[in-house]
Formats: sequence, C-alpha cells, structure tokens
Amino acid sequence: MMNIPCPFCGPRNEAEFAFGGPVKPHRPDPNAVSEVEWTQYITTVPNPLGPVEERWWHVKGCGTWLTIWRDTRTHDIVEGPGDAG
Amino acid sequence: MHDMHNYSFASLLRHGINKHTTWPKAWRSPPLRDSYDVVIIGAGGHGLATAYYLAKEHGLTNIAVVERGWLGGGNIARNTITIRSNYMRDESIPFYVKSVALYEAMTRELNFNTMHSKRTMIDVIQNYPMMRDRRRRQHIMDIYGSTYEQISEAEVRKRIPALTGGGPDARLPVIGGMVHTDAAVNRHDAVAWGYARAIDAMGGEIHQQTAVESLVRGADGAIEGVQTNRGLIRAKKVAVAVSGHTTTLTETAGLTLPLRTMNLTAFVSEPVKPLVDVIVNCPDAGFYFSQSDKGEMVIGGAPDMGQSFRRDIKQHVFEDTVSAMLSLFPSFKKLKLMRQWGGHLDIAKDASPIMDETDVPGLFVTAGWWGGYKAIPAGGLTLAHLVATGRPHELMEAFTLKRFRHLDYVMETGTTTAR
Ligand SMILES: Cc1cc2nc3c(=O)[nH]c(=O)nc-3n(C[C@H](O)[C@H](O)[C@H](O)COP(=O)(O)OP(=O)(O)OC[C@H]3O[C@@H](n4cnc5c(N)ncnc54)[C@H](O)[C@@H]3O)c2cc1C
Ligand SMILES: [Zn+2]
Repeated sequence: MMNIPCPFCGPRNEAEFAFGGPVKPHRPDPNAVSEVEWTQYITTVPNPLGPVEERWWHVKGCGTWLTIWRDTRTHDIVEGPGDAG
Repeated sequence: MHDMHNYSFASLLRHGINKHTTWPKAWRSPPLRDSYDVVIIGAGGHGLATAYYLAKEHGLTNIAVVERGWLGGGNIARNTITIRSNYMRDESIPFYVKSVALYEAMTRELNFNTMHSKRTMIDVIQNYPMMRDRRRRQHIMDIYGSTYEQISEAEVRKRIPALTGGGPDARLPVIGGMVHTDAAVNRHDAVAWGYARAIDAMGGEIHQQTAVESLVRGADGAIEGVQTNRGLIRAKKVAVAVSGHTTTLTETAGLTLPLRTMNLTAFVSEPVKPLVDVIVNCPDAGFYFSQSDKGEMVIGGAPDMGQSFRRDIKQHVFEDTVSAMLSLFPSFKKLKLMRQWGGHLDIAKDASPIMDETDVPGLFVTAGWWGGYKAIPAGGLTLAHLVATGRPHELMEAFTLKRFRHLDYVMETGTTTAR
C-alpha cells in the first residue's frame, strides 16, 4: 500500500485516491507538429520500468489533485529527477 | 525431426510396469546456436503457440523460442484460465470464436491432456447500463456464432445457488444474467507443455534461462538478431511475445508503442466440496470466479491503479475484491484464502491487441493481450501466418500498430471479464 502525501491532509492510504494517469507532455498544436508526433501524443503514455510522474486525486479526502513520482517496480514514492536538491 | 512419444493407455501401462523410470524427456535441451531463421522471445502461451504453428503450418523449423525464466512460468501460469468469446466488436469476435474452437481440439491435436472443461459462464448483472452493453454484445455475437442469452434473476439464482446476496434491498440488486455456453477452463501448464513437446518433435528449439537484453538492428535498420545473456543470436525475423515487458524490450530498438503495463491480481481459496459448476462473472461488483477440479475457488479481482511491474496484490485491492464478493456470496466468509498473486499485463489505448510488423523491418510484436490466455491458440496461428507470409492473417487484420497512426481504434469492452 502506498502512503500518498497530500499537501493538505498529510500522508494518506492510496485507497482514498483515484488515479489520474501519467503526466503527459504539453498538448501540442496539431497543426504545428507532424502527424506521427500528434498521433503519438494522443495514443501513447510513458510506460517506464522505474520512476514515472503521475497525477492522483484525493477524491475520498479533501478533493485536491497532486503529482508524485512513483517507481512502477516497487510502488515506492520517489524523488523525481527535477525534485532533487 | 524426431518422433514424438505418443501418450496413451498402452504407454502408461508399459512405463508403469517399469515404475515410471523409462519415460522419455518431453522436449530436448539442445545447445544454443548463433543463428536461426526466426527467434521468438518469450516461452509463454503466445510465443509457444507461434512456434508451434510456424513449424506445423509453414514448415519453418529452424526456429528458437528464448525464455528468460522457465517455460510456461510467466502470466500463462498466473492467470485464471477463463476461455470465452463474449466480446463486443465485429473485428474481435471471430478471432475469439476461432481460439475457443482451437482450445476445444487441443488435447487431441497435441496428444496432451489439457483437462479442457467446458462450463458455461454466467454474468450476474446489477445495473441497467451493463445489461444494455451485454445485450448489444449479444446481437453482434449472434452474427458470428458465439452464444449469449439473457436469463431472469430467478434463473440466475437457480443456476448459482450460492448467490444469496444482491436481494431487493441491496444497493445494487441482481436484475438478471447473461449466459455464455461456449466458456471453458483448462490446465495452463498442460497448454505450455503440450506445445513445447510438439515444437520439439517438429525440430524447433526452446531455450530457457536465456534473457534477451536488447534487440539488435543492422546497418540497414532492419532487425539482425537479439543480444542475450548467452550471447548474440542472429535472425532476420524476431517476434516479441513477452506480455507486460513489450515496451521495455521494444524501446531497445528505438520504438515507442502505445501500451501500458498493469498488475492484475487473483487469489485462491482452500479446496471445498463442489459448489459452483459455472464460471461466475460479476461485472458490476468487480470480480469473477470458478471452482477448480480440486475444489478451490479461483477468484479474479481488479488491477492496481496506475502502471505496475509488481507481482503481488495490495491489501486494499484485495479487501475491495473480497468485500464485493461477500456482498453477493455471503457464505464465502467461511472460506480460507490460501494464495494470492499478480501478473504484469500490457494493454493498448483501445483495449484491443496489437499484432504487426513494426517500423523495424523483420521485428514483429504480439502485445496488448490483457485477457490473453483465451487468445493463445488463435494468437499463435495468426502471428505464425504474419511472420511466415509477411501478411496479416484475416482474423487479425484490424489489430495492426498502424491503426494508431490513423486513430482508427477498435474500442473493446469485452477485454476484461470483470469490468
Ligand atoms: C491474475 C491474472 C488473471 C488472468 N486471467 C485471465 C483469464 O481468466 N483469461 C484470459 O484469457 N487471460 C487471463 N489473463 C491474461 C493472460 O494471462 C495473459 O494475457 C497471457 O498469459 C499473456 O500471454 P503469454 O502467455 O504469452 O504471456 P507470458 O506467459 O507472460 O509469457 C511471456 C514470457 O516472456 C518472458 N520474457 C519477458 N521478457 C523477456 C526477455 N527480455 N527475454 C526473454 N524472455 C522474456 C517471460 O518470462 C514470460 O515467460 C490473466 C492474467 C493475470 C495476471
Ligand atoms: Zn487531501
């Protein structure tokens, strides 16, 4: 079980949360990118064997959305590359 | 090629007299060579079935299946063995009808008892939108000769006496059911071992403890072989059949595929006297189960939230599934649960499988088989066709990778049993 750190409620059992999916890159302007880039954006999410950045919704708690990095092998909440330091 | 030892009553008697010390090995462990015509990665159901049909239908026997663990030790050993063809899409149903038929014929075809047990599946419906989805499926399944029939709540309870919950005062009362008489369960080890023995007899090779570390491309960009923990193996054709690990492997060839890997879970009770003779599926509650020949309840639940490469069940996923089950089957409270586990499965955006030659010439993938145990025989038949002829089999024409380029999804609600 994960203890997801909610900025308002503190660490809470993951059963209180709904999963919001991995963080995707910024939605491109379909007319400004190639067809391959556009369909890739629409159809593909990151699927790493390791840390992934994702959104969670504290739906059975305070209702806020938050972002964490989670290791898909262990489900440990980890520091993201940008968080260090 | 060498003869396959035929299993029969006579051979059982003969080897029995010799105290079972004279049975030949079911397959060889030949030395690994440095090149083959085709290398198949993954000795799960799909990899083995593909090798079998490459040899049997296309005469390709200079082939090797490489497996990082042991044969039949992946998801084929971790699933709840429900075989069925109640899907929703015109593209899907004929494929699954074929797969169910191939399973029914498998014991004889492989001379290996797969313990095939045809037993109706009953969906217990507790919601009108779900009933509408199922009746929509029924109309489409009718066209392709798969069976689906609506029954009343009283009939559901008559056929499943242990279903005593979900009464008129429940939050979600049972409103009726759907009956799928084509459904079956069988023995997963026997499927893997039966294929392995037949592949071996036709001259194909299976190499266990052989992990592919990366896919190797030649100067022209086409596939050249695979780098393994036992060295480089060359092949002009390579098929990836590794279920949840597809993207991990295809990334090594520079590909990005539209697949997510998730952990699906199951658990098993102690053996009890015969209680349920059908496969019970409760899509609104979110669980399904059947009783094994040994008497255990084999129970399937929900996946973890989010992508996952874990192989266990989380406490709250487990508790949710158990409480859903007890709401409909309160007497199961007395059951002791013996084992629980999970497995990594991949799923595409539209919940339909992917079978195609990739942008890397000579590199084939079969993936996105979320509930893909039922798909093993037809999956092998169709991938062997694609690898051998270069053209998709007609049953798999809709399931290319290219469909994502055109956003031409095959949205499928029949992929998961329970939801
Ligand atoms: C809990 C659970 C319940 C399920 N219930 C059902 C069900 O009731 N009905 C149904 O139809 N389906 C069900 N499934 C799905 C089914 O198990 C899978 O879709 C199917 O087994 C996948 O195909 P496979 O047999 O080829 O995969 P696997 O058996 O997983 O084979 C893939 C093989 O590739 C190997 N491999 C991976 N990476 C490498 C590498 N780098 N090098 C070499 N080898 C590698 C693995 O070790 C593995 O042996 C269930 C799955 C789970 C987890
Ligand atoms: Zn909160």
